[in-house]
Amino acid sequence: MKTILEKGPKTETQKNPKSYPSGTHIITGNQATAIGAYLSGVQVVAAYPITPQSPVVEELARFIESGELNAEFVHVESEHSAMSVCIGASIVGARVFTATSANGLAYMCEQLHWASGSRLPIVMACVNRAMAAPWSVQNDQQDSMSQRDAGWIQLFCRNNQEILDTVIQAFKIAEKVYLPVMVCYDGYILSHTVMPVEVPNAKDVQDFIPPYVPHTPIDLKKPVNINPVTLPDPRQNADGIVCHGYLEHKYLHHTALRESFPVIEEIDNEFKERFGRSCGGLCSTYKFDDAKIVVVCAGSISLLSSIAIDMLREVGIPAGLLTLRTYRPFPNEKLLQLLHDKKLIVTIDKSLSYGYQGPICVDLKSALFESSSDTLLIGYIAGLGGRDVKPYEIAEAVYETWDKYNKGKIVKRDLTEAKWINCKY
Amino acid sequence: MDENEVRLFFRNFKEVDLIQIRWHGRGGQGAVTAGRILATAGYLSGYIGATSAPFFGAERRGAPVIATTKLSSQPIRDLSQIISPNIVVVLDHTLFKSIDVTQGLSNGGWLIINTPDIINPSPKFNIVYVNATKIATDLGLVYAGVPLVNTPMLGTLLHVLPKIDLSSMHKALEYFFSPTALAKNFDAISQVFREARVIPLNNSVIKG
Repeated sequence: MKTILEKGPKTETQKNPKSYPSGTHIITGNQATAIGAYLSGVQVVAAYPITPQSPVVEELARFIESGELNAEFVHVESEHSAMSVCIGASIVGARVFTATSANGLAYMCEQLHWASGSRLPIVMACVNRAMAAPWSVQNDQQDSMSQRDAGWIQLFCRNNQEILDTVIQAFKIAEKVYLPVMVCYDGYILSHTVMPVEVPNAKDVQDFIPPYVPHTPIDLKKPVNINPVTLPDPRQNADGIVCHGYLEHKYLHHTALRESFPVIEEIDNEFKERFGRSCGGLCSTYKFDDAKIVVVCAGSISLLSSIAIDMLREVGIPAGLLTLRTYRPFPNEKLLQLLHDKKLIVTIDKSLSYGYQGPICVDLKSALFESSSDTLLIGYIAGLGGRDVKPYEIAEAVYETWDKYNKGKIVKRDLTEAKWINCKY
Repeated sequence: MDENEVRLFFRNFKEVDLIQIRWHGRGGQGAVTAGRILATAGYLSGYIGATSAPFFGAERRGAPVIATTKLSSQPIRDLSQIISPNIVVVLDHTLFKSIDVTQGLSNGGWLIINTPDIINPSPKFNIVYVNATKIATDLGLVYAGVPLVNTPMLGTLLHVLPKIDLSSMHKALEYFFSPTALAKNFDAISQVFREARVIPLNNSVIKG
């Protein structure tokens, strides 16, 4: 335990890894993730390799093995164990990082709830991949979307620069609100694609993230039982202190999530002031203000959609784009404020709440229910299991919706059934 | 515009200045690495948008594999797969027997081939060809008994993408290789650049 806490940059200034001096590098999303964790001064890494996340683990292992990064790499036999190690290390006060994908995330599902319920600021990259069966290693967002109720903060990235910047911001957010953060980005499309990424100076990153102060320090002279059986009602402990009931525990967990909106926004603003780049805070917009039909999506499909918006504008359709960066907690008030006067919305989900509609579609509908407007929302499903999505397909979907709307032909079924882009049936 | 015209407009919509390159090789030949080095050299030569991706799937040693590189004066927003490349690079001429490497290559596009044989002019494509396998073997650029042709073939692209020169290619290699390996790879690239035969569509050999 003592050795773990002696790891990391607390005693010496973290240097940039030798192979990535500050400046622009043409790197994959997975490399950006590993560099982000490195620069954030991570002290413990425990991860199990899975496609397409594996290069993150390989890169971090290389940093640690070569002595460039003063951290502990804990080899584990599964994702369930990886998250268990992260929980233990975070409880004793280490800054910890892990990464996974798809079935690996599902395998650590139980521990996701342990991490969030324990209010531990663990940062994890989720390299989005389709869930089996049938087997697929390719991209969609079903894995992280299926874990939206695990009590984690979920941030989605549009490109490799945002991955690096979001990993750094994630540690600061997590350690401020005592909640774990999942940094989600599209497998292959970002994880294995190189693009220019500005790697910041390590010293600047360290100045940006203050040292982690654990709220559950383990003191060998004063042993305590962390997360014991908790009864439904509050009750006194052996010292006479009234402790939370389970329900109060969860109320506080939920409240912390709901109160993290301004923190996420502030930290993105601070990051912009220091490094000159923003990841969009809660969400970002493109050609939005005068838009009469708005596309809403999350992740790298936002870049494709921006091309679709340009096409639609060229043919005279006032289309705009809203990209969700923060999916949990769901920024319903922000979305209501931005979308309250928009009459027509098209969501594009790369996942599906099977038996109903896409998660973004459903959540956005509930957020807009508060508005008394006559907004129509059409939910599209696209890109499952790595199906290639083209900008023109998004443009066509928006065009059809716009056309139908103007001819007064949108019917109830359009609003309540998932619509599919490029489905052969 | 009526509905059909709009759909056609969407399908033909192209982002300005986008150059799309598709690499064909066999698993283990290093098509992915070559694509990445080209993206790096492109960025260092002023292409603000520079991406490179493997074909998204499971690759096996020896099986036909694809990698892609995109270069542009704007940041790349279209991260979808390349359907109609401007340039196709074939690292192994035996691939012609098993797959249609020119699929989607537009008339007037560039077909670049590593081959021991002389290639006849094409009525549809500009052609660059070179025996990179021999050059790699002669220079000792061999790993586990297999000549490495991926980086040498970057030399052919200097004929097609004049914005990228040998010095930016050298700078790009510095990100990928140790000094010794860099020197060998750079020599091979330079020699491929010198020996490559360029057959433009007007059938006259302009270089080589």
